[in-house]
Amino acid sequence: MPAVAETIETVSAVTEGGYKWGFETEIETELAPKGLSEETIRLISARKEEPEWLLAWRLKAFAAWQTMTEPHWARVAHPPIDYQDIHYYAAPRKKTPKSLAEVDPELLRTYEKLGIPLSERAALAGVEGGQVAVDAVFDSVSVATTFRETLAKAGVIFCPISEAVREHPELVRRYLGSVVPAGDNFFAALNSAVFTDGSFVFVPRGVRCPMELSTYFRINARSTGQFERTLIIAEDNAYVSYLEGCTAPMRDENQLHAAVVELVALNEAEIKYSTVQNWYPGDAEGRGGIYNFVTKRGACRGRRSKISWTQVETGSAITWKYPSCILQGEGSHGAFYSVAVTNNHQQADTGTKMIHIGANTSSTIVSKGISAGRSNNTYRGLVRIMPKAANARNFTQCDSLLIGDKCGAHTVPYIESRNATARVEHEATTSKIAEDQLFYCRSRGLSEEDSVNLIVNGFCREVFKELPMEFAVEAQKLLAVSLEGSVG
Amino acid sequence: MSAALQEVAEGFSARFRKLAPRLPGSAEARQRAASAFRARGFPDTRDEAFRFTNLRPLADVSFAEPDGADEAALALLARVPANEGPRLVFANGRFRAERSRLPEGFHVASFADEPMLDGAVADESAPLTVLNTMLAEDGAVISVPEGVDAGTLVLVSLGAGEAGRAVDFHPRHRVILAAGARLALIEIALGEGVYLHNPVMEATLGVESRLLHVKLQNESTRAFHLSSLHVGLDARATYEGFSLVSGARLARSEIHADIEGAGAMLAMNVAQLLDGERHADITAVIRHLAPGGSSRQAVKNVLTGRAQGVFQGKIAVDRVAQKTDGYQMNQALLLSDEAQVNSKPELEIFADDVKCSHGATVGALDPEQLFYLRSRGVPGREARAILVRAFLAEMIETIPHEWGRSVLENAVDSWWKDRPV
Repeated sequence: MPAVAETIETVSAVTEGGYKWGFETEIETELAPKGLSEETIRLISARKEEPEWLLAWRLKAFAAWQTMTEPHWARVAHPPIDYQDIHYYAAPRKKTPKSLAEVDPELLRTYEKLGIPLSERAALAGVEGGQVAVDAVFDSVSVATTFRETLAKAGVIFCPISEAVREHPELVRRYLGSVVPAGDNFFAALNSAVFTDGSFVFVPRGVRCPMELSTYFRINARSTGQFERTLIIAEDNAYVSYLEGCTAPMRDENQLHAAVVELVALNEAEIKYSTVQNWYPGDAEGRGGIYNFVTKRGACRGRRSKISWTQVETGSAITWKYPSCILQGEGSHGAFYSVAVTNNHQQADTGTKMIHIGANTSSTIVSKGISAGRSNNTYRGLVRIMPKAANARNFTQCDSLLIGDKCGAHTVPYIESRNATARVEHEATTSKIAEDQLFYCRSRGLSEEDSVNLIVNGFCREVFKELPMEFAVEAQKLLAVSLEGSVG
Repeated sequence: MSAALQEVAEGFSARFRKLAPRLPGSAEARQRAASAFRARGFPDTRDEAFRFTNLRPLADVSFAEPDGADEAALALLARVPANEGPRLVFANGRFRAERSRLPEGFHVASFADEPMLDGAVADESAPLTVLNTMLAEDGAVISVPEGVDAGTLVLVSLGAGEAGRAVDFHPRHRVILAAGARLALIEIALGEGVYLHNPVMEATLGVESRLLHVKLQNESTRAFHLSSLHVGLDARATYEGFSLVSGARLARSEIHADIEGAGAMLAMNVAQLLDGERHADITAVIRHLAPGGSSRQAVKNVLTGRAQGVFQGKIAVDRVAQKTDGYQMNQALLLSDEAQVNSKPELEIFADDVKCSHGATVGALDPEQLFYLRSRGVPGREARAILVRAFLAEMIETIPHEWGRSVLENAVDSWWKDRPV
């Protein structure tokens, strides 16, 4: 996209203002009673017609969760969460539709407002030959999946995880919890006990997934925590790019979101996972907003496998998220590209872990944090080189930008090396927007706000270029909206 | 805290109860420290600040207070590099006036005579300082009046103990520089056998004063060295520190610096040379509490054998500390397969008009550089020595004090001579 058009887009997005995706869809939802107990879990499992082994797995996770305490090491503060005051299951009342025609028109309109190209007709105008398959998650049940046929022809399985449990139990059973064990941490255990839906992707040996796969998450019914579970497996020599995008309606109450994403890459496989997260961040006084406590982890099990996480985090009142890579396969590569923007009273504590186990493994970390308003933005990352990881290589760059004097930017990297042949490099900087850059833009007639947006976009470019094109455009607009009101 | 370590902590608390009546200084400050120590004891690896350093080895030893027979320690004075100027000698934590040469032109006393327990006495974030505050019996009190350039002062600490009769001592040093005062303080710690040296130094730097602090920590390889330095800097004051850690079985050196006056400057350079099973930790917390300050930290670890090196450095910039310039560099050289380095360079920033950055690198000697030297006829061992020295040179060569520099240089040389690297 030419720079001029981009700027116009950005500017117009700014002038529209506010959280433009804060509306609520009125669809009847079926709620499980509030609270978490074995009964709730049995109810969820029964509603989803799950096999016995999965129920047993959930109950085990629940037992583990009960012995755990909420982690408090992150630099975030929030009132205590009452886990008994949450609905753990919400589903649209109607049966899962067989085709788009059966989808509730109200729901389709919601997606239209969000600009999600659910139907083929809407498939991203202007992107030549571009097709994006959307497995739209509306609250907890996936209501529609497109492009099934194209994918099926290639042998790719892309479906809601509840469906995968029914139709591909052997795959789910083999990989579920193999990267993030049920008792991994407090929020992962909670998710394992009560997850209701999410996506399942399986790309068989030698297949390059013919299109980008995409899931849009929305949090809709009041007070329903979302516990998504995503599992992506790329077999030998397979490739898949997966996009996750989030917007949520405006509301007052804090909402808990504890998702788990597991990626498995076998020999020479590659998984690209991109996220644009724009959940409701709370209002300018810090009321409301989503609590986003996510566990994302990828295992590079095979030799020369690759996993890359790219994220643009502009939303949520609190973000607690560390997409990680376990680099087990010889010569495997992990990457983490992140832009985290916080404004008003938002708090983000995000980063990555790169665990180098195999020889010749490498990893790249590029993190850009932008804090404005009264927000706090923390990068927290770990690079660990295990004794067998000969010739391992890591490069880390964390840059922080401060806009205003009431916000905070923090960098907390952990570097642990146990192998002499490994090379680890880490760089971090913190600064404000340079006066000369601002002056340059202002002298060319841009308003202060637009100048800041332009400069911030440049600051994030290294990460944006890792995003698929259509996502990059959305990300730039989001950035502008998120920073609105932070200057002047 | 493990049960074994708990026992050590209880031993120290019991010691305090016994010694309390005769300990110098504010009884109230002592009591506060004692109850803080009793409540918390030794930190364990679940404490974020001690994540990489386990104090558990302290429990391998049973400690007793020094009995005053410090002749074995005093005998080690012969190993201290010779110099002419004023010198303060401590043996097992006790000031030995007869072996010291007191300076003229500024005030020096022993802590036993002039106890000062004002600073960070019961600061929960510094449990080792808390232990010191509870048990400190002696130390050096150094005070340089306004505008005086005090020249060089050498502070020697000698320790000696045996496995069966390990001693522990907790000297409390106080350095006060009035406005415009200057001092070059050269600290040398060495010893023989098993002991615990837990010194705390509190330094207050007045407006435009300047402290050059060179430290050689060459304790016995069976000893424990847990030291804390607390520095407060007033406007435009300068603290410049250079230290070499080449001794002790388990070492933890904490630096807590508060930049309290505008335009103050702090530079901290540390090199650690570790071999065998040794563990050494540098933990620095630099707090910028006033505008226009600058801080520079450079920490280098050279590790061989099964040694473990740790660096934790934090630059914290308060909201008022605009125009702060903070920099932190951490480099580690791993010379063996089993050596390990852990580092955590941390930035915590609440002011927007600042320039803060850090860098960290971990790696082995560059094979190409080794090849270059080898191809010019330099034997492997020497080639490695040249490269390691070059790695350290950056820090040592910049010491603006000739004698201080030679002390550290010679220590690096002799360390290298003794090790088959």
